Amino acid sequence: MADSALPTAPVPQLTPSVRDRSGVRRRLRYYGEKLGGSLISLFAVILTSFFLFRVIPGDPVRTMTHGRPVSIEQQEQLRRDFGLDKSLAEQFWSYLTGALRLDFGESFQFNRPVTDLISDRIWPTVLLVGTSVVISAALGLWLGVRGAWNHGSLSDRVNTGVALTLWSVPSFWLGLILIVIFASGLGWFPTSGMESTGVEGWERIPDVAHHMVLPLATLVAVVYAQYLMIMRSSLLDEMGSDYIVTARAKGLRDIVVRRRHAVPNALLPTVTLIFVNLGFVVFGAVLVETIFSWPGLGQLFYSGLSVPDLPLVQGLFILFSAAVILMNLVADLLYPVLDPRVRP
Amino acid sequence: MNALVWARRRRTVARFWSQFRQNKAGVFGLVVLALFVLTALLAPVITADNALSVTRPPGSPLEGPSADFPLGTDRSGRSMIDMIIWGSRVSLTVGFWATFISITFGTLFGILAGHFGGWPSMVLMRVTDWFLVMPSLVLGVVLAAVMGRSLTTIIVAIGVTSWPTTARLVRAQTLAVEARPYIERAKALGGGHLHVMSNHVMPNVMPIVLAQTTLMVGTAILVESTFAFLGLGDPTTASWGATIQAARDVGAVSSRMWWYILPPGIAIVLVVLAFTLVGRAIEGVLNPKLRERR
Repeated sequence: MADSALPTAPVPQLTPSVRDRSGVRRRLRYYGEKLGGSLISLFAVILTSFFLFRVIPGDPVRTMTHGRPVSIEQQEQLRRDFGLDKSLAEQFWSYLTGALRLDFGESFQFNRPVTDLISDRIWPTVLLVGTSVVISAALGLWLGVRGAWNHGSLSDRVNTGVALTLWSVPSFWLGLILIVIFASGLGWFPTSGMESTGVEGWERIPDVAHHMVLPLATLVAVVYAQYLMIMRSSLLDEMGSDYIVTARAKGLRDIVVRRRHAVPNALLPTVTLIFVNLGFVVFGAVLVETIFSWPGLGQLFYSGLSVPDLPLVQGLFILFSAAVILMNLVADLLYPVLDPRVRP
Repeated sequence: MNALVWARRRRTVARFWSQFRQNKAGVFGLVVLALFVLTALLAPVITADNALSVTRPPGSPLEGPSADFPLGTDRSGRSMIDMIIWGSRVSLTVGFWATFISITFGTLFGILAGHFGGWPSMVLMRVTDWFLVMPSLVLGVVLAAVMGRSLTTIIVAIGVTSWPTTARLVRAQTLAVEARPYIERAKALGGGHLHVMSNHVMPNVMPIVLAQTTLMVGTAILVESTFAFLGLGDPTTASWGATIQAARDVGAVSSRMWWYILPPGIAIVLVVLAFTLVGRAIEGVLNPKLRERR
């Protein structure tokens, strides 16, 4: 990507030491600003979640115990546990210090600290979401490049149509249909879970992979379309540029023009969007994990919603938001590395 | 408004329509939408009185497709076709209202932020960024869970979490419009803030808002079905998402009752796709550069 042969204007040469120092300062300032922005966003999320879970419901205990037999004493006990007998300011302080220590209280449903539950369930989700992002990005980018390069052709129109249709498909429904056809119908794949019981050692890897095929297919199907459309339109934008005409005029082969000149430039906005869209993938994971009983955070979130188990949902809400903020930060820090034009 | 202005607007609409018509996918989407809206409006006329009754259902529970019930029956013995017809009402209602909230807020904030600039604009845009960075669907689910189960909750949750995208688009367009000389002329002739915003900025922003609205309704319907599937909807209304959830609850997946799962999902896909196609067609008319590409 570095040798993308962009025509660059000659940079006026200052004395090296002066240029260096101001460059370092500028770079530090850029990274500092991005880091500070992320911290502010994180703080905003923590603030929002306090209001969301303590203030909007009015009485959180009544919301949680809604429709189940709970004695007055139990309710009082819960109120004391959540610190609802204290003033709002005191509640906020204990909530804030707790959040900073990664202590989100105890799950109402499992009677265990939320942090423990999360650390138990985080790796299956990372595996599923990570793999699906890699596959859908690769698939979406590849099809997007092909589509833009031959735009208007039959394969381009078919690909765009399929992508738009899949984008309109509710992921939970697609998951159910896949189960009906490939799991309970043809019996090729297991209907749910992540592992079979009694499988040990190295055998676990193919077993987990076998369980992961259908959830992965569902997640990829609803996510890759976005990457395809973004890559396609951004490459189409680049294809009208002068430097492409120059490259062609030099007599470069079509494939070289595409690989060396057009695609690297078109990749930049797409890469950013892959990171930014992570929130969407996380939500897709909630649904897909629920459908396939994948033992991850999404399934935990769903089980917390149906009670509703407010401490658990709150902890996961903050975690999901933090993940998206972190990924946005990574995109911001990666962007200057990929694109010399915005290098601070 | 004088007659001249109206004649000009009529001509614009006519030109818009003649360009829209050339996009086959867009016209297909429009036809599908018309059919669904018609179905939703005529639901009480084309279904029997006891179509949604759980106590006096027209058939027996979980029947396969037959002459009486071409798509079988659900767990209470109601015809699946009737469920789809009534479901279109719920989906379209939620889609339109959520979009209305989202577009109204988004347009208002976008125009205000673009017109006034300075620190109010900065504050508004910071709030927008704040919403953009949070995973909006997760936020929506949490809102719906915390506020209690009803259609209104879902509408508010979708509306409140989806306006920032519109606000950004509208702000950018407002800034572009305000840079034009005729705005300066209007100000020089004594036009106040309200006059500039409502008579000059608004008409120029409306086309973008229209495209955004169409795309948003599709998204809102998709999100509604998801929320209903997660059990956050009103338990008494038979939306398409809720029907799929009911199918999953009675084990339609393992016993392969395709007629219970397939139709509501296809209905969702058709409506969402139709809105998307129409939205893209409108975008294409507004931005000829996009049109060449399709």
